[in-house]
Amino acid sequence: MLKIDNLHVRVAGREILKGLSLEVAAGEVHAIMGPNGAGKSTLGNVLAGREGYEVTAGSVTYQGQDLLTLAPEARAAAGVFLAFQYPVEIPGVNNTYFLRAALNAQRKARGEAELDSMQFLKLVREKLRVLHVSDELLHRAVNEGFSGGEKKRNEIFQMAVLEPKLAILDETDSGLDIDALKLVAEGVNRLRDPARAFVVITHYQRLLDYIVPDRVHVLAEGRIVQSGDRDLALKLEQQGYAWLAERKLAGAA
Amino acid sequence: MNAFVRTLLDAAADVERGSPQWLAETRRAAREDFARRGLPGPRDEPWKYTNLRALESRVPRVGDPDAATRVVDVAGFELPGCHGPRLVFVNGVFRADLSQVGALPAGVELGPLAGLLADGRDSARAVFAPEHAEPGAALARLNAALATDGVSLDVAAGVVLEAPIHLVFAGADAGADIAWHLRHGIRLGAGAEATIVEQHLGAAGAVQIGNLVEQVALGAGARLRHVRIQEAGVDATLVSRTDLVLGAGASFDAVALELGAGLSRRDVRLRLDGEGARADLRGAAVLRGRQHMDAQFELRHASPGATSEVRWRGIADQRARAVFGGTIVVEEGADRSDAQLSNKNLLLSPHAEIDTRPVLEIHADEVKAAHGATVGRLDERSLFYLRSRGVPESAARSMLTFAFCSDILDGIAFEPLRADLGQRLARHLPRMPGDGA
Repeated sequence: MLKIDNLHVRVAGREILKGLSLEVAAGEVHAIMGPNGAGKSTLGNVLAGREGYEVTAGSVTYQGQDLLTLAPEARAAAGVFLAFQYPVEIPGVNNTYFLRAALNAQRKARGEAELDSMQFLKLVREKLRVLHVSDELLHRAVNEGFSGGEKKRNEIFQMAVLEPKLAILDETDSGLDIDALKLVAEGVNRLRDPARAFVVITHYQRLLDYIVPDRVHVLAEGRIVQSGDRDLALKLEQQGYAWLAERKLAGAA
Repeated sequence: MNAFVRTLLDAAADVERGSPQWLAETRRAAREDFARRGLPGPRDEPWKYTNLRALESRVPRVGDPDAATRVVDVAGFELPGCHGPRLVFVNGVFRADLSQVGALPAGVELGPLAGLLADGRDSARAVFAPEHAEPGAALARLNAALATDGVSLDVAAGVVLEAPIHLVFAGADAGADIAWHLRHGIRLGAGAEATIVEQHLGAAGAVQIGNLVEQVALGAGARLRHVRIQEAGVDATLVSRTDLVLGAGASFDAVALELGAGLSRRDVRLRLDGEGARADLRGAAVLRGRQHMDAQFELRHASPGATSEVRWRGIADQRARAVFGGTIVVEEGADRSDAQLSNKNLLLSPHAEIDTRPVLEIHADEVKAAHGATVGRLDERSLFYLRSRGVPESAARSMLTFAFCSDILDGIAFEPLRADLGQRLARHLPRMPGDGA
């Protein structure tokens, strides 16, 4: 579904990703772990199409097409979803209105019929119920005045409504207490599907107790330095990221 | 003397000859004053950002002799909740055929001003009383020389008028450049209440200059709600000047949406004359193309314990220009005044321009006052957030632009009217998605 090959990305003149390669198949959950500054969020942003991220080499192929040439909205319509590390507060834009506009724009781009307000409301209520999210959230402006946990749950709620094919979760666990973390993980697990892939970016192993990954990758210095199964995450938990520095020193010697 | 001034002075001389004795003198003084001062220029401080030079070479016909038979789109001025009294003016001429006054409660007098001029009633005299002597008020002076009609509203003490009074000013293509002048007088007695919905609309291609002057006097404890929807045609120039005096405990709540006209200028001078008076003025100018809108507010706290709040938003896209001037004066003795003024602006294009000038003058004690102005662009992070969910860029821009100014409309209590204005605002933005539900 997703194939990243030798990706090099510069941000504000500085090279952040230095030859990252990764393949994700439909139905799989991949965890990307790594120390701060390794380029984890850059990966999420460049996949979603944020401006200011300059790809200097490499390629990203998503469902057989070159993802990097698409505008952010076209990527969304093609099924790419980024759950933001820091969801933006947008005062004055109603959450329901925004989500309906987003869903219908995606459907229109895919040549599907748009949902009228009744159909949309039905869909939304169903998702709210499944995710145990209060419908009070619908009446508020996008993320405005939301607590950290509410913002993250709103991301998962949006994901549930938009039903992407490739969901990238950028440190969705950061700033969450254990109860909120479980709710978010439950939301993700409900969406796991043979046709859907997840890339879960996280600093801590903790989230992976609840969202069990198929593959774990260590991102350091702008590239994947090690890949493995779930045990790799546990090793990182025990040993921290310090061994990466030793490994690098050894490599240099 | 330029062509424009000469043309209007000639017309003013004719109007003066046809005026009743009591008014002729006022008109002559106004005409002579305009002859002396001419149009305001860049050296007049209040006109620093609005250049009227484009008017100088114009020779408009004063008044439209065929206004009575011009066809206007009546559906264009249907507004939710505005099914009561309605006065319609086309190219500055009162149209009885399009207006309805209906049965008004006892103590309410509403009608065209023209009928009151002949016998020089007090209410008519009051409308022509202000001298507008200050520099920069030349067009209001010119209005005194030329206005022969307008709206007159008197609400007696204690009378509450539930139905909004709908005032419509429509511009129709007269096949030539025209200028029209109207003058309104609105007086609410002690404890009286009324709502006015003022609507301007017009066709593109209707080249005209509308000049409006309005006097508003609110008695003790009176309450006036005012909604202004300005969607004048893009070839129209609209200049309006409103002077308000609020008695003790009186309140004035105004919401304005300035969307139309190629060039528009609005001056609001409000005096909180009585103790505990309250004014809440909100509005947004949403401009594009080569539109130019200049909003100038002056609020004067003249008594203790009065409250005022001004919230104005300017949005300029393409080559448009939004100007704001807001002055709060707290006079000596107006202790315990509370005055807040904020002007936020959104610049949507590198070729657009925003000019803002908030001024605060305080001569009293224990005053709570704040003023601020900002000019910004759309937040890139918000824009990316919306796009990353699938909202196309142009629609995302419109959503954020709408969000920037839509809270201005919260000042309208009647929900269907608020929603209607929201839709008008959305229609004025490029490619707003959905129906705003």
